[in-house]
Amino acid sequence: MIQLEKRPEPSRAWAFATPLLAVLLTMLFGGMLFALLGKNPVETIRTIFLDPLFSEFAWYYRPQLLVKGAPLVLIAIGLSFGFRAGIWNIGAEGQYIVGAICGAGVGLAFYPMDLRLIFPLMVIAGAIGGTLWAMIPGLLRVKFGTNEILVSLMLVYVAEQLLASMALGTMRNPDGMGFPGSRNLAQYPSAANLELIAGSGMHWGVVAAFIAVIFAYITLSRHIFGFQVRLSGQGPRAAVFAGVNPNRMILICLGISGALAGMAGLFEVAGPAGQISIDFNVGYGFTAIIVAFLGRLHPIGILLAGGLMALTYIGGEIAQSNLGLPGAAIQLLQGMLLFFLLAVDLLTNYRIKFKTGEAV
Amino acid sequence: MTIKSILAGATLALGVASGAMADSHQTKVGFVFVGPVGDGGWTYEHNQGRLAVEAEFGDAVETVFVESVPEGPDAERVMTQMALGGADLIFTTSFGYMDPTMNVAAKFPDVKFEHATGFKRADNVSTYSARFYEGRAVQGLIAGSMTKSNIVGYIGSFPIPEVIRGINSAYIQAKAVNPDVEFKIVWAYTWFDPAKEAEAATVLIEQGADVILQHTDSTAPQAAAQAAGNVVTFGQASDMAEFGPFPRVSSIIDNWSPYYIARTKAVMDGTWTSTDTWDGIGAGMVGIGDITDAVPSDVKAAAEALRDSLADGSYHAFTGPVNKQDGSAWLADGETADDGTLAGMNFYVEGITGDIPQ
Repeated sequence: MIQLEKRPEPSRAWAFATPLLAVLLTMLFGGMLFALLGKNPVETIRTIFLDPLFSEFAWYYRPQLLVKGAPLVLIAIGLSFGFRAGIWNIGAEGQYIVGAICGAGVGLAFYPMDLRLIFPLMVIAGAIGGTLWAMIPGLLRVKFGTNEILVSLMLVYVAEQLLASMALGTMRNPDGMGFPGSRNLAQYPSAANLELIAGSGMHWGVVAAFIAVIFAYITLSRHIFGFQVRLSGQGPRAAVFAGVNPNRMILICLGISGALAGMAGLFEVAGPAGQISIDFNVGYGFTAIIVAFLGRLHPIGILLAGGLMALTYIGGEIAQSNLGLPGAAIQLLQGMLLFFLLAVDLLTNYRIKFKTGEAV
Repeated sequence: MTIKSILAGATLALGVASGAMADSHQTKVGFVFVGPVGDGGWTYEHNQGRLAVEAEFGDAVETVFVESVPEGPDAERVMTQMALGGADLIFTTSFGYMDPTMNVAAKFPDVKFEHATGFKRADNVSTYSARFYEGRAVQGLIAGSMTKSNIVGYIGSFPIPEVIRGINSAYIQAKAVNPDVEFKIVWAYTWFDPAKEAEAATVLIEQGADVILQHTDSTAPQAAAQAAGNVVTFGQASDMAEFGPFPRVSSIIDNWSPYYIARTKAVMDGTWTSTDTWDGIGAGMVGIGDITDAVPSDVKAAAEALRDSLADGSYHAFTGPVNKQDGSAWLADGETADDGTLAGMNFYVEGITGDIPQ
């Protein structure tokens, strides 16, 4: 008979081991799934997890990992503050969209002026846009006690409509032959978020993601605010006694995640995506939630998790193209990753005891 | 080491090299799909075209594909990956792949690219599309004849010229057979999202529509109409015959196979050049699916006559007199629309209510 016994303290060793265990379990069960699909499991797993890093064309994929991973890490870092404090911002996708719209709006307003100041202004506008969008669920929660999970999620759909309206109307490229979509910012030097070193994949968004990781690490481990965040999550009542204003905490956490998501949107629209289009958003805001939890809400963990997630995307495309694996199988694999992570999380907080029948 | 053995070694090396050459001579064709190959509509038919290429050339070609690729930087990476992987020809099968296709094509001048429904070309980028609006004309005629509530629902994907062209074409024919007909248009802002499409269909049915035309790719609107019981639908992109004979009474079928085979052949023969192809019913790129017995025989005959006149070119789906929505003249009596105007169409014809989303 197997029994679970709650640990007095969450196990530190398991806290490190569970993400790795989840990845291994995903590889194992993913491999079985691929075998059932008639693919060589070892080859498929190797293609997904190793080919982007070590294959013949890794020189192309490694920079792409940065491009794909940076927005995930940037958004997830922002989310981790709120998640630690028990504030659930599920609408980072919406904040990402609004940040992109605001930032791109600034860039397009200056078109075709040649000014070095434009790009920094766009970054600021992106951050402000994301923050304001996140303030809606924040203020509603603080003033009226609404549920920020629902409000922030619903605002994603509002943001998507706003995006469509921008692509079709206000921001439509006047030289675009009547087709929806804005001017291409990547082709407007003052507003473009190009690679800092050609072929490296390093654009300002990647730099910002690394800075965010360092900033979050220091804040969470060394600063009083980090302590208050953790305290609010673990013991809301204790936090109040320690002088934390819960309403202020809600607004700050949502503000941070909104600002980072908005900046991620801006870096994407000014760089890799290039333009505001109807379906500019591809779900980074939602995937970042997985990344945040996969990384155990720890900045370094998030950095690694973002890389791993990017790896499964890029490796998944290679596996589709080279091995004929269906796209849905890759999504299943990504879903499995989160599933196993949540499942083995049990080991951090509980001890498994094997008992013989006498207890009955 | 003697000269002879060096020569022998060189010959051997040459032999190995030419052996490798022969192996890599297999033409590799890549396909980038916007939806899953099992969508039952747009991507399904493109994939049928891919399979037709495989069936036609057997071992002489190898095809690869990636499905559900978002339009944007991800598409660019998938195309680059295919080009690096040795693809000789890459079909990018959605409008939103236009700029990514141009970017990647510029980096791989030796790889040929074919972009569906776009307008940007280069020495190694062709564009191709089908005159779906011809099929829409036939649907419009049946829709106008079949509706009892005189309300025809239309699920638009994105307000781009291709979709607007289809709405106008269907409306012109519906109006011709039924002057009281009214079009209600819902924009789903997606090519493939069964949930959204079903919702759009339900909204239209609740507003009194008893005929639904869809320019989205899933079969969800068909299922919604089937549940409603008395609503007519048309298969989109694919035949969707499983919903016949009712609610699905006919369909527009995209048939990419002949084009894909011809273009692959051109690459194999080294005769590929950049072109702009826009074929319709006549060339077989647009097919009209079986018109079922749920359609009265006189309507069916009229629809087939329209189809045949579009196919042999004796009739153009946009033949004057046609005014624009604001009442200004567009086509004079007997005048037909030129391809340039059609390609960039961003206005409704007179009689359609509502605005194109701006």
